Amino acid sequence: MIGYLIRRVFQAIIVIIGVCAITFILYHLFPGGATSEARIILGPRATPPQIALFLSQNGLNKPIWTQFFILVGHVFTFNLGYSYKLNEPVATIVLQKLPKTVLLLGLSTLLTVIIAIPLGIFQVLRRNRPSDYALTTLSFIFYATPTFFLGIVLIQVFAIHWHLFPPEAPQSASVGQILGDWRALVLPVFTLAAVYIAGFSRYMRSSMMEALTEDYVRTARAKGLSTRRVNYVHALRNALIPIITLLGLTLPAIVSGALITESVFNYPGMGLAFFNAAINNDFPLLIGTVVVAAMATVVGSLLADILYAVLDPRIRYV
Amino acid sequence: MIPLTGDLPDKEAILPDVPGMGAELPGVEVTEAGEAGGIGGLGRVIWRVFSENKLALVSIGVIVFMLLFCFVGPHFYVTPQANFVVTSVGQVLAPPSSQHLLGTDPNGYDTVGRLMVGGATALEIALLAAGIATIFGVFFGAISGYAGGAVDAVMMRIVDTVLSVPTLFLLIVIAAILHTSFWLIVFIVALAAWLVPARLIRGETLTLRTREYVQAVRAMGGGGSRIVARHIIPNAVGTIIVNATFQIADAIGLLAALGFLGFGVPAPGTSWGQMLSDGISYAQEGAWWLIYPAGICIILVTVSFNYIGDALRDAFEVRLQRR
Repeated sequence: MIGYLIRRVFQAIIVIIGVCAITFILYHLFPGGATSEARIILGPRATPPQIALFLSQNGLNKPIWTQFFILVGHVFTFNLGYSYKLNEPVATIVLQKLPKTVLLLGLSTLLTVIIAIPLGIFQVLRRNRPSDYALTTLSFIFYATPTFFLGIVLIQVFAIHWHLFPPEAPQSASVGQILGDWRALVLPVFTLAAVYIAGFSRYMRSSMMEALTEDYVRTARAKGLSTRRVNYVHALRNALIPIITLLGLTLPAIVSGALITESVFNYPGMGLAFFNAAINNDFPLLIGTVVVAAMATVVGSLLADILYAVLDPRIRYV
Repeated sequence: MIPLTGDLPDKEAILPDVPGMGAELPGVEVTEAGEAGGIGGLGRVIWRVFSENKLALVSIGVIVFMLLFCFVGPHFYVTPQANFVVTSVGQVLAPPSSQHLLGTDPNGYDTVGRLMVGGATALEIALLAAGIATIFGVFFGAISGYAGGAVDAVMMRIVDTVLSVPTLFLLIVIAAILHTSFWLIVFIVALAAWLVPARLIRGETLTLRTREYVQAVRAMGGGGSRIVARHIIPNAVGTIIVNATFQIADAIGLLAALGFLGFGVPAPGTSWGQMLSDGISYAQEGAWWLIYPAGICIILVTVSFNYIGDALRDAFEVRLQRR
């Protein structure tokens, strides 16, 4: 177990250094290089001495390898640069917004797991009956519906037409207040979760189906256990393990989905900050947010893998 | 991008209808491959299994219809505001009528004409991006898997790294730094889409490279590039085609999301996602025809490609079982 952990953490560190490399490439993607980057950030009227000062302050006049190692150092010390548009360090902005996005992601993931797993089990127990087909079709439709379109439709129907929920997400400053305004959270959370409820219930259905064909299920039946016990104790527990891996694999996509959901519902999280940064050409914030989103994903999949190893002893010895 | 695992027909066939009956016996797997065993070539077997899936056939119909609608339609459907080049300021936000089947948008463009133009852009970008990504991913994965060792490790860490950056974030940064154009968007969507084929083909290659025929080529002095290009990739063609279908579906969704967030083809061009984003504020005042048709088009095309991919996978799985 310890060996597996060390190996897996080592892998994660390599991926984070890879993320730094991508970030580095992004910084050097500006047509015209560092000078034009300085010009975009400082504005068209910046004088050559001002540009030279910007370059030396940000280490952009150093040799390219030195720049890369400085960047790696910055990422590991959470020094993400400075947003000239908002006049605040990127790290401060991120620390303000991150908890809200984590709340949105957490609630959506919880909702996904709570709905998708029973739904998948239900479909297996009723397989090839009309209810199974209906749910399959429904999950295909939800899977194919773009998150933003679903959000728009839900706002049209539930907020504008029926006035059941507000069309905008909570605008409060703290996470506690956002939670208190739960009515405004319903639409964003469901919008983000819908695609994953569809995907996960399909996966759960296959996984459970596969578990039911395993030898240990036959053994359990043969020794006379009740159907209920075989289904829920023997098959279900094994069918749940792949779901954890799926959760880890899906994390980057959910984070992308949060970006869309936050911009549809004007939810004051990291996705919206990122979106506004993209519109305002606030490149330090833009790239800083990408780094944080990537790091969060790496850490998330690391946790999922560790959980996987804890639950399934076979993994530890591979 | 969740792996939408489809039905497992062989497993279902051996599962008893009533749980707990334990009717299955080892080795009595009645697969469709078994009955199809004696008939014709592989292509016919694949088509037989595929065509049994009625939803997939309907999906092909939908795709053909959409292709005709988007690429041939503009030649026949001519309104006073001839599709999207000419507008009429007098007829802004007109509701559906006999003259404009789905009304007009705030610029006076006919919505049906815009759907055709936007759909053509969306389909062109999605097909190009999925194609480029599949070709690149296949070679990347095959080389990585065949080379093994340090090369494989480095190549796969690259894939891991790009996979760990949430796609939309990465793509939007690139789109914001470089100015958007048709080919940049193709490149951006392809950048997200080559990772999964690369991983899948690497996995296939790892098993294929131990096969006897690969060893035979090596024994006869065939080089690595010949083995990869002539023997490994052709034998992974099932996996490649199935995955490419899913990549097209994903590309359409990703493209729509990019367009919705404001990173689409420059005006007067459009795509379905951009139409949706342009229409939202008017839709809240009742102009439903600006968002629902485009949204439904996106869903229809995505669902169809997913169904086709699912049916293809079943069909190719049968082929693999027959081997």
